[in-house]
Amino acid sequence: MRRILFLALLFLPFSPIPAAAGEVTVAVAANFTGTAEEIAEAFREETGHDAVLSFGSTGRLYAQIIHGAPFDVFLAADEERPALAIEEGYAAEGSAFVYALGALVLYSADPDLVDPEGAVLFHPERFGKLAIANPRTAPYGAAAVEAMTALGVYETLAERLVEGESITQAYQFVATGNAALGFVALSQLVGEPGGSRYEVPTDLYSPIAQGAVLLKKGENNIAARAFMSFLKGDTARKIVGNHGYRLPS
Amino acid sequence: MWEAVFLTLKLAGVTTVFLMILGVPLAWWLARSHTWWKEVIGAIVALPLVLPPTVLGFYLLIALSPQSPLGAAIGKTIGFTLPFTFAGLVVGSVIYSLPFAVQPVRNAFEAIGNDPLEAAATLRAGPVDRFFSIALPLARPGLITGAILGFAHTVGEFGVVLMIGGNIPGKTKVLSVAIYDYVETLQWGKAHILAAGMLAFSFLVILSTMLIERRMRRRFP
Repeated sequence: MRRILFLALLFLPFSPIPAAAGEVTVAVAANFTGTAEEIAEAFREETGHDAVLSFGSTGRLYAQIIHGAPFDVFLAADEERPALAIEEGYAAEGSAFVYALGALVLYSADPDLVDPEGAVLFHPERFGKLAIANPRTAPYGAAAVEAMTALGVYETLAERLVEGESITQAYQFVATGNAALGFVALSQLVGEPGGSRYEVPTDLYSPIAQGAVLLKKGENNIAARAFMSFLKGDTARKIVGNHGYRLPS
Repeated sequence: MWEAVFLTLKLAGVTTVFLMILGVPLAWWLARSHTWWKEVIGAIVALPLVLPPTVLGFYLLIALSPQSPLGAAIGKTIGFTLPFTFAGLVVGSVIYSLPFAVQPVRNAFEAIGNDPLEAAATLRAGPVDRFFSIALPLARPGLITGAILGFAHTVGEFGVVLMIGGNIPGKTKVLSVAIYDYVETLQWGKAHILAAGMLAFSFLVILSTMLIERRMRRRFP
């Protein structure tokens, strides 16, 4: 038995499984998880390269990058961190571009709470807690505060706010019913027909532009460069659009 | 910043009181009972040692939500649901720190053995009397260790609070979450100060428990 195993191990490198041509390690902002997985799949089919994805909050990923985390590409949830990465010499000059625009939605698991015009925000007596992502670290959180300020309801709602550390957590608070309603990303509601929602008009908040950047470690990696151009291509853009993001023109 | 420090100490203090109220009788039962299923209970109490705190926190979030039967019942009884409140953090912390408080107390009770208790029984001391005048005083080092470890473990708690806290300053924004916030917003100077304070605190806690343990060993060689 052991001899058979040994022989099998010996011939493993010659087994007829096509090895990927190259490998790219991508740090991905948590809100883009499902979309990135689908893009990685399409990328593998089209190029044969493997994309290994690592998820986390933009701030945490950035901290890991400047401390030598082995990432080739960084898909952030904002434009600030990719710009900072270039400025501080951790990313390739001129490689940053916007790959997706996030859309903000006021959402409740209760099908009768949120009206399509968002008037519920002017009636705090109708709900308990309102969830947002941490406005100091998460772009969707900052956008939510901006929108509430623009509508003139931020002061009255401030004491009802509960913060998730990311947009993922804000969504969990709302989906489990612990918060009556909350500002989440449209991408989180794709394939979720239930509940009630108000799509916040884009003129109420600054665009939630998500930037991608090629990191220094990926500069000489063919698979990393291929991934960057694949992300700009039609296949990837279509996937991004299907997942509740708007596309930069 | 100081608000977070104060809140953390308050949470750890309140949690420790509850840990002792629940943990000491539980430890006594685990130490003295002869039922075959006591180790099943012992294992359940020890589960938070191996469960990732964020997982525990996530299931607490679901279990305590207004949509779950338990959460709805709590909401009806006390008028509010537990997530995003200080009371909710206490509940989460008690569950999460229970093994740290129970284990040292249980060991101390087991170390007493039968003899002192039987001697007291022959002198006509009732079971309650035996517990309070023999068992508790003899197990004092274990009680102190359990209280210190439960307190310290709650001070350092992060995952559970992150999942059910909602980051509300003065109510649920504890020290570990404040440090995390500073790191995320690249304010590393403030993060370093708080983290250094926590490190010094943890060191003192471990040192004092070791000194207590040593004294205990000298008393029961």
